[in-house]
Amino acid sequence: MHHASIPAIGAAAAWREAARQFLAAGVPPDQIHWGGIGSAPHLFADLERPRGTGAVTVPRSFIAMAETVVWHRDPERFARLYGFLWRLRGAPHLMTDRGDADLARLRGMEKNVHRCQHKMKAFVRFREIGAPDAPRRSFAAWFEPTHHTVEPTAGFFARRFGDMDWRIVTPDITAVFANGAVSFQAGQARPDLPEDASEQLWITYFRNIFNPARLKVAAMQSEMPRKYWKNLPEAASIPELIAQAPARARAMAEAAPTLPPARMAQVQAQLAGCTSAWDGPQDGLPAAIDACTRCPLHRSATQAVKGEGPLDAALMIVGEQPGDHEDLQGRPFVGPAGQVFDQVAGRVGLRRDQAYVTNAVKHFKFQPRGKRRIHQRPDSGEISQCRWWLDAELAQVKPRLVLAMGATAAESLTGRRGALMSRRGRVEHAPNGQPVLITLHPSYLLRLRDPQEREQATALFDDDLRTAADLLATHRN
Amino acid sequence: MAVQTLEQKLAILSDAAKYDASCASSGSTRRDSRDGTGLGSNEGSGICHAYAPDGRCISLLKILMTNFCIYDCSYCINRVSSNVARARFGVDEVVNLTVEFYRRNYIEGLFLSSGVIRSPDATMSDMVRIARKLRHEENFRGYIHLKTIPDAAPELIAEAGLLADRLSINVELPTDAAVAQYAPEKKPAQIRKAMADVRLRKEAAREISFGGKRPPRFAPAGQSTQMIIGADGSNDATVLGQSTRLYSSYKLKRVYYSAFSPIPDSSSRLPLVRPPLQREHRLYQADWLLRFYDFQLDEITSVTADGNLDLEVDPKLAWALVHRGFFPVDVNRGSREMLLRVPGFGVKTVNRILTTRRHRTLRYEDLGRMGAAMKKARSFVTAGGWSPGALTDSANLRARFAPPPQQLSLF
Repeated sequence: MHHASIPAIGAAAAWREAARQFLAAGVPPDQIHWGGIGSAPHLFADLERPRGTGAVTVPRSFIAMAETVVWHRDPERFARLYGFLWRLRGAPHLMTDRGDADLARLRGMEKNVHRCQHKMKAFVRFREIGAPDAPRRSFAAWFEPTHHTVEPTAGFFARRFGDMDWRIVTPDITAVFANGAVSFQAGQARPDLPEDASEQLWITYFRNIFNPARLKVAAMQSEMPRKYWKNLPEAASIPELIAQAPARARAMAEAAPTLPPARMAQVQAQLAGCTSAWDGPQDGLPAAIDACTRCPLHRSATQAVKGEGPLDAALMIVGEQPGDHEDLQGRPFVGPAGQVFDQVAGRVGLRRDQAYVTNAVKHFKFQPRGKRRIHQRPDSGEISQCRWWLDAELAQVKPRLVLAMGATAAESLTGRRGALMSRRGRVEHAPNGQPVLITLHPSYLLRLRDPQEREQATALFDDDLRTAADLLATHRN
Repeated sequence: MAVQTLEQKLAILSDAAKYDASCASSGSTRRDSRDGTGLGSNEGSGICHAYAPDGRCISLLKILMTNFCIYDCSYCINRVSSNVARARFGVDEVVNLTVEFYRRNYIEGLFLSSGVIRSPDATMSDMVRIARKLRHEENFRGYIHLKTIPDAAPELIAEAGLLADRLSINVELPTDAAVAQYAPEKKPAQIRKAMADVRLRKEAAREISFGGKRPPRFAPAGQSTQMIIGADGSNDATVLGQSTRLYSSYKLKRVYYSAFSPIPDSSSRLPLVRPPLQREHRLYQADWLLRFYDFQLDEITSVTADGNLDLEVDPKLAWALVHRGFFPVDVNRGSREMLLRVPGFGVKTVNRILTTRRHRTLRYEDLGRMGAAMKKARSFVTAGGWSPGALTDSANLRARFAPPPQQLSLF
């Protein structure tokens, strides 16, 4: 029989060292008696630690778990850890088996310690013990942890309160942070901490942030168990708040609505004067498009995306509808399809900034799918509702040529959808005689996976844009 | 009027802030003050420092800068037509309260909101001054959540995003029509534009320059919003439809649902009923199913005829009871997608099942140890040594989970 005594301060390192030696020497769990520093050794214990040889390999996940479990209150924790470590020797995959009863027990203990650490981070309440104007202020707290969590949690407080001195006194261990260094001392009795003026403000805050109309006492107690209440300054007012809540809620419901104060009329007059002004082009069309509710698309889109470009442009380019980025930024053709268009247009000498660029449908139509928005084709009803705005833009710009990109733009302008491949590259006429050159939509080029097909389609798009440039040049002469 | 003390102001302005549900302090950049030059840290997970008897966590000092407001939103206690006591904090008062509370480990940081005074820009610039002073003069490294004012100037929003961990704007009500009715001065389109702007700035701050320099992160803990439930007539399908659109359009971290609660000195235009707390709870459950369990919106809302969630059983169980043909699922063979649909199995449990079943066959006792709620799950799974038999298709299965029927009172 061997005896291993683990000290209260530095228990994690001590247990790890002892377990490593026992494991290297091949000592089975039933031959070890684990005790604290003060515990008497087993009657038949061999006080000499065995000298093992050879390296010991242990799954990393076990070490992480053991370094938490050693802080549990259960006196059996060291023996349980070593027992499981012994089983792990030949079967490291046991660490991933959550159905194993020993591991489930250890994971449960790990969870208890984590929860206790978390509650310590939350419920330690400092009081100021030094002068408030000292260059380095000092604070102290009294806390009663359920497990031995002061040592593993001290680092959190050191990282958080780096510019002040603090001490956390507990019956178990006391942690002291002075001039940037953490040290540990034996546990102490409850000290007398001086009154702190901020504590009264904190209690005021706690009492007022509570909404008496939604009393959920069980939810509060499951997260803030009663055992912590005695050291929380704000907890003293909980019974009173609970007792008064129903009456306060009832009083709110029964109180008759009051007349508005005299200030209201004055404020509302002032408000009418400072409504934010529209910052786009001066005439009313963009603002009217912005306020459009002609079809249901406006409900889910961010904003209407209006046309952009010189109002005397010779060429008007009409796409399908705004995409994800256009919808967010409120500008047409700023997403990937716009970039494709710019590349090809640059090659054939079309200047986008000299054309008026717009869409057949002004709001983004999409289907939410998880964290993404999937583009959806607008239907004929939506296209015809939005035709109203496209007509207004055409009337304003009076372009010599309209370039309709894709089936939706073709449908909106000519009234006919489909057979796009046979219609592309030719000039058709809108019902009012407006010449419309039909071509592919640049996002079609982006969707093609096969490089060869993509190249062919890009060549066609190239040709069409060149046709447009030629038509504009001949019209000009 | 007598001069208000700091304590009186704190009482008025924390009372005015309690209708905002959000109190999260998680998911920002990791930072600490171990070097001794500042105060505060952020380690990823949030900490709830106290709980109020309404069951809500108190993580941040949640206050209004002022509760004077020029708007008249009927659901809000601070609307211009209400006779509630008014107060206003100075910049230094908010900064001192935050730092002193933080030093005593009462809070994780500050959640600052405000009524709109004078103009949206004036209000927002005061809020930004508070955040700037905390960060640059007090070297405060704790958490800051700023509520942005929709019409405020873009430069102010840009600076707010660099100082704060999280920005938020409330959409307030599930439909544009309801906003127009109850909050006549708020413009839903403008709120959406402001959220789009935050997403764009956040994405722009992620791009690394040619020199390899990384710009400062913009609102690292993302943006969130809040919707009031039960003030207007929208059903749950409408509410959840709105939130799926918000999640996908603006990459929100959270949509908070807040059961409409009667307020002191309330407007005559709103129902004075008990807040629908159970409905709020079911909406959160459905929200989680949509985001983490691969459920589609219409699957959850098509279970009942009126588009509202079942208040008696949770939405996953409600779905399973209607689609019993898919069950029982064999835990040793079922796909991840199907395991996630078993009532009583969470994401962690499913991950544990998948890793363990590579090595061995799972038995019924293993599932409880893996964290499954077997009281619910046992009717829907088979495992080694367990088959639900006729239980899955039994007529009284729902009655096993629903709360017991109550005798109606005669009086």
